[in-house]
Amino acid sequence: MNAPERLPAALPDVAADQRYIGVAVPRPGARRLVEGRGSYVDDIRLPRMAHVVYWRSPVAHCRIVRIDRDYARLMPGVLGVFDGADVARICAPWVATLGHLAGMKSAPQHALALERACWQGEPVVAIVAETRVQAEDALQYLQVEWEALPAATHMETALAAETPVIHPELGDNLCFTRALDTGGVDDAFARADVVAEATFHFGRHTGVTLEPRCQIADWNPGEQRLTVYHSQQAPHMMQDLYARQFGLAESAVRVICKDVGGSFGIKVHAYPDDFATVAVAMLLKRPVKFVADRLESFTSDIHAREHRIHGRIAASKAGDILAFEIDDLTGIGPYSMFPRTSAIEGNQVVNLTGGPYKHQQYRAQLKVVFLNKTPTCQYRGVGHPIACAVTEGLVDLAAAKLGFDPLAFRQRNVIPDDAYPTSGASGIRLEGLSHEECLRRIDTLIDYPALLAEQAVLREQGVHRGIGFAALIELTNPGAAFYGVGGARIAAQDGATIRLEPTGGVTVMVSVGEQGQGSEGIFAQIAADAVGVAMDKVRVVTGDTDVTPYGGGTWASRGAGIGGEAVLQAGLALQQNILRVAAAILQRDIAELAVRRDAVIDMATGASLMPLAELGRVAYFRPDTLPPGFTPELMVTRHYAQRDYPFIFTNGVQASYVEVDTETGFVKLLKHWAVEDCGRVVNPMLVDEQMRGAIVQGIGGALYEECLYDDHGQLLNGSMADYLVPMSGEMPDIVVAHVQTPTKSSQLGAKGAGEAGTAGAPAAVMNAINNALRPFDAAVFSQPFTPEKILRALGKVT
Amino acid sequence: MDDTRAIHLHVNGEHRHCDVAPRQHLVDFLREDLGLTGSHLGCEHGVCGACTVRLDGQIVRGCLVLAVQADGRSVETVEGLTDSGAARDLQDAFVARNALQCGYCTSGMLMAAVELLETRPDATREEVRVWISGNYCRCTGYQAIVDAICDVLAARRSAAAGVSV
Amino acid sequence: MKAPAFDYQKPRSLDAMFALMAAHGDEARLLAGGQTLLATLNMRLSEPALLIDITAIEALKGMAVHGDVLRIGALVTHSEIEASRLVAAHAPLLALAAPHIAHRAIRNLGTWGGAIAYADPAAEWPACLMALDGVVVARSASGERRIPAREFFVDLYTTALAEGEIVAACELPLHRAGDVVGFNELARRHGDYAIVGLAMSARRTPEGLRGLRLAFLGVGSTPWRAEAAEALFAERPLTAAQIDEAVAAVQATIEPLADLTHSAAMKRHLAGVLTRRLLQQQGL
Repeated sequence: MNAPERLPAALPDVAADQRYIGVAVPRPGARRLVEGRGSYVDDIRLPRMAHVVYWRSPVAHCRIVRIDRDYARLMPGVLGVFDGADVARICAPWVATLGHLAGMKSAPQHALALERACWQGEPVVAIVAETRVQAEDALQYLQVEWEALPAATHMETALAAETPVIHPELGDNLCFTRALDTGGVDDAFARADVVAEATFHFGRHTGVTLEPRCQIADWNPGEQRLTVYHSQQAPHMMQDLYARQFGLAESAVRVICKDVGGSFGIKVHAYPDDFATVAVAMLLKRPVKFVADRLESFTSDIHAREHRIHGRIAASKAGDILAFEIDDLTGIGPYSMFPRTSAIEGNQVVNLTGGPYKHQQYRAQLKVVFLNKTPTCQYRGVGHPIACAVTEGLVDLAAAKLGFDPLAFRQRNVIPDDAYPTSGASGIRLEGLSHEECLRRIDTLIDYPALLAEQAVLREQGVHRGIGFAALIELTNPGAAFYGVGGARIAAQDGATIRLEPTGGVTVMVSVGEQGQGSEGIFAQIAADAVGVAMDKVRVVTGDTDVTPYGGGTWASRGAGIGGEAVLQAGLALQQNILRVAAAILQRDIAELAVRRDAVIDMATGASLMPLAELGRVAYFRPDTLPPGFTPELMVTRHYAQRDYPFIFTNGVQASYVEVDTETGFVKLLKHWAVEDCGRVVNPMLVDEQMRGAIVQGIGGALYEECLYDDHGQLLNGSMADYLVPMSGEMPDIVVAHVQTPTKSSQLGAKGAGEAGTAGAPAAVMNAINNALRPFDAAVFSQPFTPEKILRALGKVT
Repeated sequence: MDDTRAIHLHVNGEHRHCDVAPRQHLVDFLREDLGLTGSHLGCEHGVCGACTVRLDGQIVRGCLVLAVQADGRSVETVEGLTDSGAARDLQDAFVARNALQCGYCTSGMLMAAVELLETRPDATREEVRVWISGNYCRCTGYQAIVDAICDVLAARRSAAAGVSV
Repeated sequence: MKAPAFDYQKPRSLDAMFALMAAHGDEARLLAGGQTLLATLNMRLSEPALLIDITAIEALKGMAVHGDVLRIGALVTHSEIEASRLVAAHAPLLALAAPHIAHRAIRNLGTWGGAIAYADPAAEWPACLMALDGVVVARSASGERRIPAREFFVDLYTTALAEGEIVAACELPLHRAGDVVGFNELARRHGDYAIVGLAMSARRTPEGLRGLRLAFLGVGSTPWRAEAAEALFAERPLTAAQIDEAVAAVQATIEPLADLTHSAAMKRHLAGVLTRRLLQQQGL
């Protein structure tokens, strides 16, 4: 099995007859997907639906001089050609800043660029036609006259005097800056026995969801209502934004998310072409479908993770880490991305560096600068992969200088398991972590002594293997600390409505949706156990703002912890209401009754008193038989927000075992391990698979993925042939184990698990490579770790 | 130039008689003209494998085959595979192992796996990894998919040897 | 990314094909496997008025031994070569190289002639043809001519084919007892175009390797024969003691072009590594 069938019963049950929570139940929703019967946006067809394509800026920065639509308009099937001015008449511009990121600035941005395009890929003109093919044909006849403008393309010089200021009204290209200083850093470095430093580079990269971004915008003028079928993670957020940007009542907007072919954060943002597609649908009064093709995805999907960090670590010869210091420079796009902003990633790096460790002193400096490149924003892990790589890379350097084994050094320095609740040096509040336990577990899991012995033997034979570790923390289950406090209307709470059907089935409508991670599966598990029914009696509905409670959706690893808690509370409440109905029908004391396995039973004897189907029949169709004054309430809604902490942190440790071919620079990933503490594991198979997918995604950034730009801001490798994503041939098998430290902030006790894999994998792989290279006194700190970079570090290529 | 051509072909065992523009690729034809939306488009330049279908019994990239080239030939999609039951054990294994998350790569993966099962019944785990290395998955990290295919290889080998699993 | 409109014809004979080619010249493109052409069209990098589907032309199909050569027809697919017993026996170099070509679904349709005619310097077949000193059989309306591999690959995506000429087949000298071949390529991911690759052939004699041929892929605008290194061993055999010399000669004379992520120096270095490894594999 790719996961334990059932985890060791370390945690008390949350349901009286717990059959599904904690069990590796296959997802009910997977069956139709293996049969090819999914329903993705591009599978949906509406009457009179048209298709939009975008003319996008071919260069990093240009003034739009003239748009001549005459020929394009004459092309077969063309229904309309729209520019920024057309769309601006009905769609307001936006500014993507958050109030709690003090001093952050960004310029107003329109759905279609007006007068000036600021990155290669920015949409400028929309062409709508009966078919996609016709729209693409017409695109070739659109005549856009533009003049190239000087571009800011290098983050290192973005603030230099000679670099063009992209938005003169902002004064400079600085989006956000932050400084954090605990006050005793200089002193810590001065008294340290060992100081190590390195400059870390992280290549800008992107999500490459296999299903590209897509939506159908359907404006019904008769109803004056907008329905958007959207491949998106946060339908209520989009509902709010469409309403506000177009001046519609919130109730006039419905967002429906059916099957989503991968999202990873790429699809949690509000893109200019999202609004432009809605605009043209409203202007044409017809449904309009937009599907980003792969080439335009590379320049229009958000990018992430372009950082240069100078990092230092101070330690004592006894082996204690005394301080960390970082200087982080990150290059974003010409606009902060709407509505979650492009400063969050850098802000996270500041918050999270050094995270697992108990040092007291920390100093961080952050500069987030505008560039004429594709806008950046939150992508799986958001700052964690970077903070973890910097931290864990410095930790290994210090350990090496001190002559400590890297695992032992970590064991000495992590925050002890009995120290919680506590705060980290950056001020983050930590409820309860298990670094020590996880480090003990990984030692055994990988059989560290055996690997070390094998490494030594093979080194003698000229085969260079490396073992690398990464301890990590990962924020999950956010409260309103992320966005709400900054003024963004992004819900930090979620809800579940649960209903007993007349025939005894249960329907749950949840405000957190499904993008493949298995949210609907775990909601069914939780609901079944909470109510007391078989799982195959539960139907889960998500992704429709007309149907579900209001909520935040999928981001920051919150689905299980927050959505799951809402489902649990709703299910338990429904069970109580079922028992009230049963007590009324049976004229029994409610305390003597329970719901077990689709029936109301006598708790003392276990005898089945009434199947739920019978209870449903009576409640819905025979109220005449019920006691006066009693009304069954067999549909219950409960909401949940995590309000104990800004975030519920999780922790884990990963290990990577690699072989570096020191002649070719190629890295073979032999194996990867992760011990993860995400609190109560609702479905071990789904969590383990999230870990594996997330780890491979992290490996992508570590070894393969980079958006390569030339000096003029042209993306050089924007195709699947040249932008390298991890494929199966090079990926290792990944072993996952768990520690479960439940959160006390909810009854379910589940924390999030979707991103931790991505957070730790690059660090573990980097440390493994550098461990392999140690005999050569060579190291690499620039991701992706290409064969050439490794050979240059070894001096084999100059 | 977009004049259509009449083509006759078999799709999932059904004879079809259709008119297609020469430039329309096979997957667009299947999805849009025949409503068979189980095959997906991820890149339209032959790299991601999401569009993998079977043409005269061999897997091909549906985005790199013109519909007109399928004239007189036989096409099988994931829907046909499902309805025929030919890959039932493979589909069951995918569900059991959670060898899919968002499901978008799945039809292409199944197609590739079916050809492996047919042509390389003794494939090793490493060979399975190499075989599916032309199908991009962003969700699973591949291991569960490899596990599912290996489960089926083993089960079919046992069945062939007359040993019950 | 939808292809622009084009007309489509499927001639059943070489004559009919040549007639269409003559009538349409540059406006027409030949469609064989389509694995390169159709991707190009989907990206609108090219807008031919007509595609001439040549896959029905019998004369371009089949593999057979003719005298002392193995003749492989233009329409033979990569998968057919990979599975062929004729190839395993008579051109084992191709069997070594075939699994490196892209992925199975591409190999099922992509053709031998298509790859040779497209002449991508990072592709496997052109380098294999060079390593075996194969011959391209070119056909035109006026007849057939044979072009040795070393004269065929002229520049980036440019061959010695004249206007109105196609690759009908290639002829490879038969593998003989005592011949050794080797193939390896370095790619970041299985199936990617090689960063650098090497196809080699030689004859093993008691004294060492003779008749060494080293054809590199991924290093220049065409596949590249390391003639200077080969010449060092024209008169004398190559033994284990001379491997360093061979590697040095390759690195001294190769003039690789950098690509998006690998410098010329990197390619030069990797060419040397591949040379060493393939020669060491020959049990010298």
